[in-house]
Amino acid sequence: MSVPGPWYLGLAAFLFGIGATGLLVRRNILVMYMCIELMLNAVNLTFVTFSRMLNDLGGQDAVFFVLVVAAAEVVVGLGIIVAIYRRRAGATADDVNSLKG
Amino acid sequence: MSGGTYLVAAGCTINDITGKISGLCTAKGSIHISINYPALVPFFVLGGGALVVLLLSAVLPKRPYRGLWAGLTVAAGVGTVVDGLVQWQQLNGSSVTPVTLGDQLFYDHMGAFFAVLFGVATVAGAAISDGYLEREGLDGPEPYVLMLSCSLGAVLMADAAGFVTLFLGLEILSISLYAMSAYHRWRAASGEAGLKYLILGSLASAIFIYGAALIYGATGSLQYLGVVSFLADNALFQNGVLLGGMVLVIVGLGFKVAAVPFHFWSPDVYQGAPTPFVGYMAAVAKAAGFAGLLRVLMLALPTLESTWRPIIWVLATLSVVFGSILALVQVDLKRMLAYSSISQAGYVLIGLQAGTAQGVRAVAFYLFTYTFMVIGTFAIVGVLQGRGEARNDLSAVRGLASRSPWLAGAMLVLMLGQAGIPLTSGFLGKWVVIEAVLGQGQYELALIGMLGAAVAAFFYLRVALIMFLAPESPGAPAGGAVTLSATGGPGAATAGGGPSDGGPESSEPGDSGWAAGAGRAYSGSDLQAIVTAGLSARDRALALRPPPHTRVRVPAATAAVIAVCVVFTVFAGVSTPVLSWAHAIALPWSA
Repeated sequence: MSVPGPWYLGLAAFLFGIGATGLLVRRNILVMYMCIELMLNAVNLTFVTFSRMLNDLGGQDAVFFVLVVAAAEVVVGLGIIVAIYRRRAGATADDVNSLKG
Repeated sequence: MSGGTYLVAAGCTINDITGKISGLCTAKGSIHISINYPALVPFFVLGGGALVVLLLSAVLPKRPYRGLWAGLTVAAGVGTVVDGLVQWQQLNGSSVTPVTLGDQLFYDHMGAFFAVLFGVATVAGAAISDGYLEREGLDGPEPYVLMLSCSLGAVLMADAAGFVTLFLGLEILSISLYAMSAYHRWRAASGEAGLKYLILGSLASAIFIYGAALIYGATGSLQYLGVVSFLADNALFQNGVLLGGMVLVIVGLGFKVAAVPFHFWSPDVYQGAPTPFVGYMAAVAKAAGFAGLLRVLMLALPTLESTWRPIIWVLATLSVVFGSILALVQVDLKRMLAYSSISQAGYVLIGLQAGTAQGVRAVAFYLFTYTFMVIGTFAIVGVLQGRGEARNDLSAVRGLASRSPWLAGAMLVLMLGQAGIPLTSGFLGKWVVIEAVLGQGQYELALIGMLGAAVAAFFYLRVALIMFLAPESPGAPAGGAVTLSATGGPGAATAGGGPSDGGPESSEPGDSGWAAGAGRAYSGSDLQAIVTAGLSARDRALALRPPPHTRVRVPAATAAVIAVCVVFTVFAGVSTPVLSWAHAIALPWSA
C-alpha cells in the first residue's frame, strides 16, 4: 500500500510553511538560512510528487536545478555572512540594524 | 513537415519519410536537441567575458593597468548590444521557430530587445563603476565578473521559455547581485545591504519556484507553451493549485521588481550597496523581472487574464501611491531614489496590467528609457557623495549649479525625465502607459497614475531646487544653527536653520531670489522652506547643510555615461525610433 500523492503535497506545503515561518521569527542568521533550505526542499518534494502523479519526468529535472541553485546560494550567502562577522561578534540578525527600514 | 530531409542539429539530418538518420548522429535513438546557435551568442559573449576576466585576473599581476577589467566588461556589453541588434535584423521577416535549445529558450524580438537593454546597462554600469572603485580603493576583477554573470542571468530570464530556465536566470542574476551589494568592504552598511538582500531575495526565489511547482502540478508542463496549450484545452479557471501557483509566481517576481508590498528590501539595499552597482541593479533587476513577468503572464497564462489583472492592478496602484509618498520624506538621496524606483515600477505594472499589445509596448519602452535615466542619476550621485560615500543626503547636491554647472544641468534633465516632464523620455513613457490603460477603459487607473506623477514631481524637483540654492546660507548666525549631534558622523555640521527655528538669517527677502537671472544662486529662506517641505526638522537641517568643500571630480568614463544618458533621455522623448522598436516586440499580441 503506497501513500497517496496529495499526502506528500500536504507535507511539502507544511514544510514550506515551517520554513517561511522560521525565516520570519528566528533571529539567528544561520537558522534563517536553514529555513530557506527547508523551503527549497519542500519545493523539491512538490516537484517529485507531481512528477510521479503526472507520470512526467519534467518535474524531476527541475529538482536538479533547484538543488544546484540552493547550493550556489549557500556558498555566496555564507561568504557574505562571514564577511559581516569579521567585523562583529555575534550572529544574530538584530545586530545588523544600521539601516533603518 | 512533409517529406524531405531536414536538419535536426549541426551535422545531423533526418529523412522524414524513411526515418533515416545521417551525419554526425547516426546512433539510432540518440537524443537530438536542436540548437539555434545565433540565439545563444549573448550568453557566449557575457559568460565568455566573465571567464576571460577571471582567467586574466589569475595570470596577470595584481594590478595590470587601470581600466582593464572595466574595459573588458564594456567590450562584452558592447558585444551583447551588437548581437542584440543583429538578432533583431535577422529575425525580421524570417520564419525561425521561436524556441530553441530543447524548447528552453525563445529566440524572438523581445529577447533581442532585452539583450540590447542589458548590454547597454552592462556598458554603463562597468564604465561608472571604474571611477568609483578606484576612489574607494576597491578595484579588482570581482565586481566585473559578477556584473557580467548578472547580465547573463538577466538575458536568460528574458529569453526563458519555461519556468526552470526562468528560475535559473533569476538565481544567476540574484546571486550576483547579493555579492555586488555586499562588495564595499569598508562600509558596514554594504555588508548589511547584501545580507538583507540575500535573505529576502532567497525567500522570494523559494516562493517563486514553489509557485512554478504548483503550476506544473496543475498543467503538467513547465514550458510556457505547454502550459498555454493545456489551458486552451482544459478550462481550469477555479483550480486552486493553478491559481495559487500563479499568485506565488507573481509574488516572487514582484519581489525582484520591488513592487509594493514586496518592496521593503529595496530602500535598505539601495542605501547600503555601492552606488554604481545600485544604478546597474535598479535597471537590470527591474527589467529582467518585468521581462519574466511579461512572458509568464502574457504567454503562459493569458487565459487567466481575468484573475491576474486585478492582482497586478493592486500592486501597480500601491507601488505608485506608496512609492511616491514615501519618497517625499526621505533625506537620503539613495533611499529617495529607491522609493522613486518603486513608484516607477508601479507605472510599468500599470502598463503590464493592461494585458494588451499596447501594454507590452508601454512596458518595453518604459524599461528601456528608465535604464538610461536611473543609471545616469546614480552615476551623478556616485561622484557627488565623495570618498567613502560620505555624503548621501540631499545636501550633497546643494549649490551644485554654481559648483559644477554641467553636472547640475545633467542632474536636472534626469530628474525632470523621471518626473515625466514633456520633451523627456519619462514623459513619453508615462504617456504610453496611460494610453494603454485608457485603451482598456480604465480611467480610474489612469487618474491614479497621473496623480502619482504629480506627487512624484515634487521630490524630483526638490533635488533640482536644492542644486540651485546658494552653497552656504548667507550669514547664518550661531543662534539659528542646529547642531546635528544625532547623526554623530564626521560630516555632522551646523546648518543655517530652516524656518522651524525662526532664526533671523533671512537678511534678504525670500522671493527676490526668484527674480534673479540664470546662473545666480537663490538663497531665500522661503525657498528653503519650500524645498524642505515634508521633511522632519532634523532631516530638514540635514538637507540644508553646506555642501562638501572638495571639488567634484568626475572620471572621464563616468562623464561619458552621464552625457549619453542625458542625451538619450531627451532624444527618446522627442523622437520615436525607440517607441517603434518597442512597438515591434508587441506585435505577437496585437492580432
